[in-house]
Amino acid sequence: MDGLLKVSSNPHVRSRTTTSRIMSCVVIALLPAAGFGVYNFGLNALVLILVSVASAVLTELIFELLLRKKVTVGDMSAVVTGLLLGLNLPGTAPWWIALLGGVFAILVVKMLFGGLGQNFMNPALGARCFLLLSFTRIMTNFPDMGDSVSGATPLAALKAGKPVNILDMVIGKTSGTIGETSMIAIVIGACFLIIMGIIDLRVPGSYIVSFVLFLIIFSGHGWDPAYVSAHLAGGGLMLGAFFMATDYTTRPITKLGQYVFGIFLGIMTGIFRIFGPSAEGVSYAIILGNLLVPLIEKITYPKAFGRGGERI
Amino acid sequence: MAKHTFTGGIHPYDGKDLTKDKPIRDYLPKGELVYPVSQHIGAPAKPVVAKGDHVLRGQMIAESGGFVSAPIYSSVSGTVKSIEPRRVVTGDLIQSIIIENDNEYTEVEYPEARPLDEMSREEIIACVRDAGVVGMGGAGFPTHVKLSPGEPDRIDYVIVNGAECEPYLTSDYRRMLEEPEKIVGGLRCMLKLFDNAIGIIAIEDNKKDCISLIKSLVADDHKISVKEMKTKYPQGAERQMIYATTGRAINSDMLPADAGCIVDNVDTVVAIYHGVMERRPLMERIVTVTGDAIADPCNFRVHIGTNYHELIDEAGGFREDPVKIVSGGPMMGFGIFDLDLPTTKTASALLALTYDDVSAMEPSACINCGRCVEVCPGRVMPKILAECAEHYDEDRFVSLGGMECCECGCCSFTCPAKRPLTQSIKSMRKIILGKRKKK
Repeated sequence: MDGLLKVSSNPHVRSRTTTSRIMSCVVIALLPAAGFGVYNFGLNALVLILVSVASAVLTELIFELLLRKKVTVGDMSAVVTGLLLGLNLPGTAPWWIALLGGVFAILVVKMLFGGLGQNFMNPALGARCFLLLSFTRIMTNFPDMGDSVSGATPLAALKAGKPVNILDMVIGKTSGTIGETSMIAIVIGACFLIIMGIIDLRVPGSYIVSFVLFLIIFSGHGWDPAYVSAHLAGGGLMLGAFFMATDYTTRPITKLGQYVFGIFLGIMTGIFRIFGPSAEGVSYAIILGNLLVPLIEKITYPKAFGRGGERI
Repeated sequence: MAKHTFTGGIHPYDGKDLTKDKPIRDYLPKGELVYPVSQHIGAPAKPVVAKGDHVLRGQMIAESGGFVSAPIYSSVSGTVKSIEPRRVVTGDLIQSIIIENDNEYTEVEYPEARPLDEMSREEIIACVRDAGVVGMGGAGFPTHVKLSPGEPDRIDYVIVNGAECEPYLTSDYRRMLEEPEKIVGGLRCMLKLFDNAIGIIAIEDNKKDCISLIKSLVADDHKISVKEMKTKYPQGAERQMIYATTGRAINSDMLPADAGCIVDNVDTVVAIYHGVMERRPLMERIVTVTGDAIADPCNFRVHIGTNYHELIDEAGGFREDPVKIVSGGPMMGFGIFDLDLPTTKTASALLALTYDDVSAMEPSACINCGRCVEVCPGRVMPKILAECAEHYDEDRFVSLGGMECCECGCCSFTCPAKRPLTQSIKSMRKIILGKRKKK
């Protein structure tokens, strides 16, 4: 034995799971939805996805180079942000929307608050809301998918009291943002993440269940399976519940808090969709929920093992 | 029936295949033997021999330094070479008695053992105390103190901890397989102390052969049962063990006795057996020498005081240059920088690895994934506690349950950002405990 030995405090072994591995799994899980989006909306969708990914990654890289910080693009988190942003754009948007969104997501929402793990709001959603408010016409210009309702998303049609084709909505042959239309593609990706242990059902489960309960009580339709499934398959609910509400950094870390967070999102989405002026509300609900995370964590801090235990 | 277990925990690579089929081999020390006077929690033992004295195997060389303390016995016959500070696995220099082995192993005459039935409670505890028995799972708490709770009649369970959840270790496994009658015998001695208690031998379900073997041994003893635990780290941690076997949860302010339990590790119970039934003091222990850097991983019966160099040589030396050597298991053991260290009462393994996860994986930013929370058996928030620790925010650390951490290391193991969570929390706990002691 020649060389010196490494010494450190225990434990001396580490799991093989790393941040970049987790992020890569999320990227893989988003591929079905992205693939379907490109199939559904054509080449422009692919351009938008690629531009937003490139924009997000390059923004992080340039920011870190300029500030002489450690370059962390290898952790793949910027790729996830860019990809999610791309999937949240309408297929008709011009390429510079994706570019601008990527820069905003990474620079303003993520890096200025301290980088990975420090942002208080989901970067992709923050950027989407920024774009939605600044370029409302572009961001709500959903292409006509050749069905009865011209240029409208199924949720808008539903809100207007028009009929919708639920089977089309589940498969995804409807209008909407690039990645949100296909429930099947999103659920396939979500199952992959659950099997890989990247996400669990606490947030998405409580989100979806509480949203359905809200619909049944307040929508005025009562228990109408067709109406409920149209709401589940339509809009950004699935993408939001499985891929954005589950964002580690911006959901509570306490187990109980995750249920509270999910229920809050379900209620807010219900309020926005039923009582709000627009047909959609997932993005705003999640962003609002993100802001409440510190509060939720504070009130749901768990009791340590054995605390309150009685002496025998 | 659902398996006995707890919430949280991890499944690290267990490496037990390296040594689990290797029967315990006796190893006789060649060079000098070193006995640090502090091999236990509590007051250091006081040397009762002087330089130049000739000592026999089994002779007391340091007496108990108080109630919470334990005597130390020479494991060989020979001459006291010196009494001087020597380095131990924690890196500290500890006053040690150094004995030159004469290789004759002349033993002292042990007092006549009396039948268990005729012994009183006090006599049994005195035997354990005089034998220098301490918790051999790693903590080193003097066993006679553990066996003397305020109200012995309120103890309902005596639990023998055979979980051996620590990866790579197979010393308890081999002990259970090769000397199960001593474990049962030791447990019977302990049960003699507690009239209302029943005995539980708790073994993880990756050791099915031990479970069936010991079950058959205690088949007609209605006071002893064998419980099969789910294989998961840290199943053998005291609080998790009590919870899994009895459903009782204790916190950091309580002792197992507060929940009516006494827990002792397999090797400790065997030492109790030797002390009570044979009146022989603690002089040997089983050490697993293992890891991918070791040529021939083995389980040894080692004389306490034996130099680690000798154990490595006996295991065939290094197959490949080790990068990291750990005294103990990979989760709770001490990283050591030199092999010139003695085997103590609490040294369960010597692990030599050709790859060091810790230095190979740079810590990066926390992504708040919650895995540390998921695996924490203490049900605290390692991520938030580590933040408090890094900011030296003592009050918040304590109010958020930082003192409930049992330092098992699950959070550090599982963290995808490879953050040193356990380490931060541990140092904060040390600071706070130190301050409390001063008050």
